[in-house]
Amino acid sequence: MSNFTTTVRAGSRARRARRLSGSITRVVVLSAIAIAFISPIIFMIVTSLKTRADATAIPPSWIPNPISLQAFASILAPGTTTPVLQWFANSMVAATLNATLVVITASLAAYPLARMQFRGKNFVFVIIVATLLVPPVILVIPNYLIVSELGWLNSLVAIIIPTAASAFGVFFMRQFFVGLPVELEEAARLDGANRFVIFTQVVLPLAKPALATLALLAFLGNWNDFLWPVYVLFSPEVQTLPAGLSTLQSANAVRYDLLMAGAVVASVPVLALFVFLQRFIIEGVSRSGVKG
Amino acid sequence: MAHRQQGIATPWLFLAPYLLLFGSFVILPAVLGVWISLHSWDYTLPNKPFVGFDNYVALFSPGSTVSGPFWGSMRATGIFTLLSVPLLLIVPLAVALLMSKKFPGRDFLRAIYFAPYVLGVAVISVLWRYLLDNNIGLVNHYLGLLGLPDDTAWTTTTPAAWVALVGVTVWWTLGFNAVIYLAGLQDIPIELYEAARVDGAGPWMQFLHVTIPGLRPILSFITIITLLASANMFGQSYLMTQGGPGRETRTAIYQIADTGLRNFQMGSAAAMSYVLTVFLMAISAFVFYIFREKRPRKLDKEVRS
Repeated sequence: MSNFTTTVRAGSRARRARRLSGSITRVVVLSAIAIAFISPIIFMIVTSLKTRADATAIPPSWIPNPISLQAFASILAPGTTTPVLQWFANSMVAATLNATLVVITASLAAYPLARMQFRGKNFVFVIIVATLLVPPVILVIPNYLIVSELGWLNSLVAIIIPTAASAFGVFFMRQFFVGLPVELEEAARLDGANRFVIFTQVVLPLAKPALATLALLAFLGNWNDFLWPVYVLFSPEVQTLPAGLSTLQSANAVRYDLLMAGAVVASVPVLALFVFLQRFIIEGVSRSGVKG
Repeated sequence: MAHRQQGIATPWLFLAPYLLLFGSFVILPAVLGVWISLHSWDYTLPNKPFVGFDNYVALFSPGSTVSGPFWGSMRATGIFTLLSVPLLLIVPLAVALLMSKKFPGRDFLRAIYFAPYVLGVAVISVLWRYLLDNNIGLVNHYLGLLGLPDDTAWTTTTPAAWVALVGVTVWWTLGFNAVIYLAGLQDIPIELYEAARVDGAGPWMQFLHVTIPGLRPILSFITIITLLASANMFGQSYLMTQGGPGRETRTAIYQIADTGLRNFQMGSAAAMSYVLTVFLMAISAFVFYIFREKRPRKLDKEVRS
């Protein structure tokens, strides 16, 4: 009997020790990957603070010597052919307006698809969801013609409006609305409120987390969009940051101090959003997968 | 039942703003693209004569001026997809499995893995072209310190360029897939693992018989979006390798965009985009087929064994 308990205890102690060493290995492996993952971003910031000579020095160093704002000063200076500050403003305006448009149109469209009965509802929903599977490439050439017909080529409007037709947004908001308890809306109906009042006064306040997530994802998507702005915006002063970075790279192939400063300018807002709101962003992404 | 009491117009008023955008920039272009592909549509010329299926025929005629570059770019897309998709399915799953148990700092690590993804393709491509520079880049410098060749031309020779493009893409999007896996893992009921353990299943058997079946919907979702993302690769090639050496890493999207929006041969580019789309849809359908529910057969197998 006592022999048996000692064996059991020794066994569980060994198991605990094994589990502990297992979890230490786990943390070590995961931390090593994390360091490898974050160091390129840190090196980008480090290089943006170097002088021209220091940025291409061999061996490369992790500490700028001296710390210099020269690269930022020269790319942010007004009157260059690569107006980074202007690109920053363009990206900010485009991503903000695009995200606003996505949130408004997608939540308005999602509400009747979640809560009302009407003819054609399933048809509309199926068409919208089906376009999620259509490769975006088939839209690029014809959309260029449409945008050109509308007179939006080489203008920020082309970056703001066409991409605001977010099928993902409608799908995402509909899932959220379906999951809301219907009682509050019914109570408001009994009080005689119309659908639009119910939507704005009752439903939207409850949907704030989902609206914030969608706004963030739309903002990030628009901020980082690359192919469309590269081809639709051709004058330097109307470009967004990603398209501008491409221009900056062609103009300064090996001026890595300038390129990294430009990359930092393009990353600061999204990294800041990410640091403060990463829970929203990560949960938004993972929810889109689980429920999709 | 109160839902039914509403004006017929009400739902459509809610839908109208979205449908206006959706109709103008999704449905209309999807149809217009077919029309364009049936014409010799040079954006810069006034006449855009109808040519029937000539644009498609040219793509499938060996030796025509468009077919060589187009299939070369399809090949590049195929190479990139074949190399990147397995890594982007397996590595993030391994990371998610390591992260599935709670430990201090887990949310912090998750955020770090995800961070590259928020940067966008332009930033990461410009950054990595610097890190991969064959003379002064960090990558060759560290390879040299390890006693490995330190003069690989990562962006101007193949196969090194493929390693670079795939590696950078894995670094960039690993966190995205890992986060989705992680959410899927957390949805698998713990009781299933306990039951498997009671039945004497070790970690590997638990992985095969609990984790993988439990992840199936997530696996099919991740496989599809990863395949489509890899097959749509553009920015990395445009900024890191400029499609080179020669045209070797010029992907199908790159070729379509350049043909249609630089050289303004829009009819041909539209035809290319539909050919690519047919490929992508066939692959997606195949993935759905692989991941379809196949309970009956599995039960059958279990009964037999």
